[in-house]
Amino acid sequence: MATEEHAAEGSTLVFHPMDQFIVKPLFGEGPVAWYTPTNATLWMGLAIVAVIALLVLSTSKRAIVPGRGQSIAEMAYGFVYKMVEDVTGKDGIKYFPYIMTLFMFIVCANFLGLIPGSFTTTSHIAVTAILGFGVFICVTILGFVKNGTHFLGLFWVSSAPLALRPILAIIELISYFVRPVSHSIRLAGNMMAGHAVLKVFAGFAQVAAIAPIAILGVTAIYGLELLVAFIQAYVFTILTCVYLKDALHPGH
Amino acid sequence: MELVAAAALGKFIGAGLAAIGSGAAAIGVGHVAGNFLAGALRNPSAAAGQTATLFIGIAFAEALGIFAFLVALLLMFAV
Amino acid sequence: MATPTHDAGHAAATSAPGMPQLNIEHFPNQIFWLAVTLVVIYFVLSRVALPRIGGILAERAGTITNDIAAAEELKAKALAAEEAYNKALADARTEANRIAAATKAEIQGELAQAIAKADAEIAAKTAESEKAVAEIRAGAAAAVEEVARDTAAALVAALGGKDDAKAVNAAVDTRIKG
Repeated sequence: MATEEHAAEGSTLVFHPMDQFIVKPLFGEGPVAWYTPTNATLWMGLAIVAVIALLVLSTSKRAIVPGRGQSIAEMAYGFVYKMVEDVTGKDGIKYFPYIMTLFMFIVCANFLGLIPGSFTTTSHIAVTAILGFGVFICVTILGFVKNGTHFLGLFWVSSAPLALRPILAIIELISYFVRPVSHSIRLAGNMMAGHAVLKVFAGFAQVAAIAPIAILGVTAIYGLELLVAFIQAYVFTILTCVYLKDALHPGH
Repeated sequence: MELVAAAALGKFIGAGLAAIGSGAAAIGVGHVAGNFLAGALRNPSAAAGQTATLFIGIAFAEALGIFAFLVALLLMFAV
Repeated sequence: MATPTHDAGHAAATSAPGMPQLNIEHFPNQIFWLAVTLVVIYFVLSRVALPRIGGILAERAGTITNDIAAAEELKAKALAAEEAYNKALADARTEANRIAAATKAEIQGELAQAIAKADAEIAAKTAESEKAVAEIRAGAAAAVEEVARDTAAALVAALGGKDDAKAVNAAVDTRIKG
């Protein structure tokens, strides 16, 4: 990425589509050590605050007839609960808090990232890779603990002809190990792409002739990004549920 | 120096080619959603239970487009 | 947008590579804070939020079930009350019918009695009258017989016959009877 002085000498259009993703220390300059509070820390903290406000503060009255905030909390609860129950079945319910944690973090981080000038934590591959590989490792360990070697039946498609099975096993194995990669890159890529496109359109607004179109485009893409922010959280969660189901019931 | 220029040219051409993958993913997503809609109109009562499958299908189709986009980005900024 | 010459020239010198996402230096920081965030959210959710929301939902489901049960009970009560009302209505109707029939019978009886009494009175009066008429008639017949006898005796005497009372009487009787 070009630094500021390079950008200043850009000829007509100046785009910094990737600048919004730079991790900076919150206080002062200097190297980013593993403990340094950065803007990523700030927005993750805000995600925690959002989760607490949404699920804890809004339900503090424990009203039988819910208010607006409590309705949202109950809707989120019911949404994820039903998803877990539908996809993984009854025995997946005990993993509901973990999946709810993932969902709430991703959805809050995605929506917070859409605030202009904010930092999108979920657009970073480091973050989503931890989420994705965390799910992958947990699910794999869980599969072996619950089913033992029977878990390997996931790769041995017993309904296929015997000659095809080794080939299918290799394909299944590859697709199994690609899962966390696609799982994490899908989220980060979607977030990054949307924000970069927004930034590019905002950059076009510097040219007076196309500024109205550019602003219209920014508005439209912002609406799309609101949808994408939710859908990606939903997709991440439901794929986690699907992987969990595979671990709990490996026999297709 | 010419080699650097050629490398830069190749980078941009490659990024542009990789961006075609996004369009291909768009075709895929449209296919999934369109077929879902066609099926849902034939049997609306069964459609509500299949929205999860729809989103999973869209996510898989879209992930590949995102990979293409990522390749483009890597070519543009990281290589 | 970075021009390629800049990247080629400065990428090695400046510490920031092209994509901020691929800057390995920032990974430990993000991973650490992500772990902290997830742990905090997990504890908040599993200790406070989820039990509370689950409790609220269960409570509401319980309340709704109770309310529905209460409503069912009230409905059953209303139905029972309606039935009782209908029964009371039917009872009252039969009672009214009974009373009406009894009254009717009573009136009928009284009427019959009165008619019988009137009939009896009328019959008595008729008998009395008939008796009076018979008496009168008998009186008249006797008077006619006497007049006839006297007349016959006078006639016999006038005609120069012997005053044979016995024969005159027999003749008058025969004529009156015949």
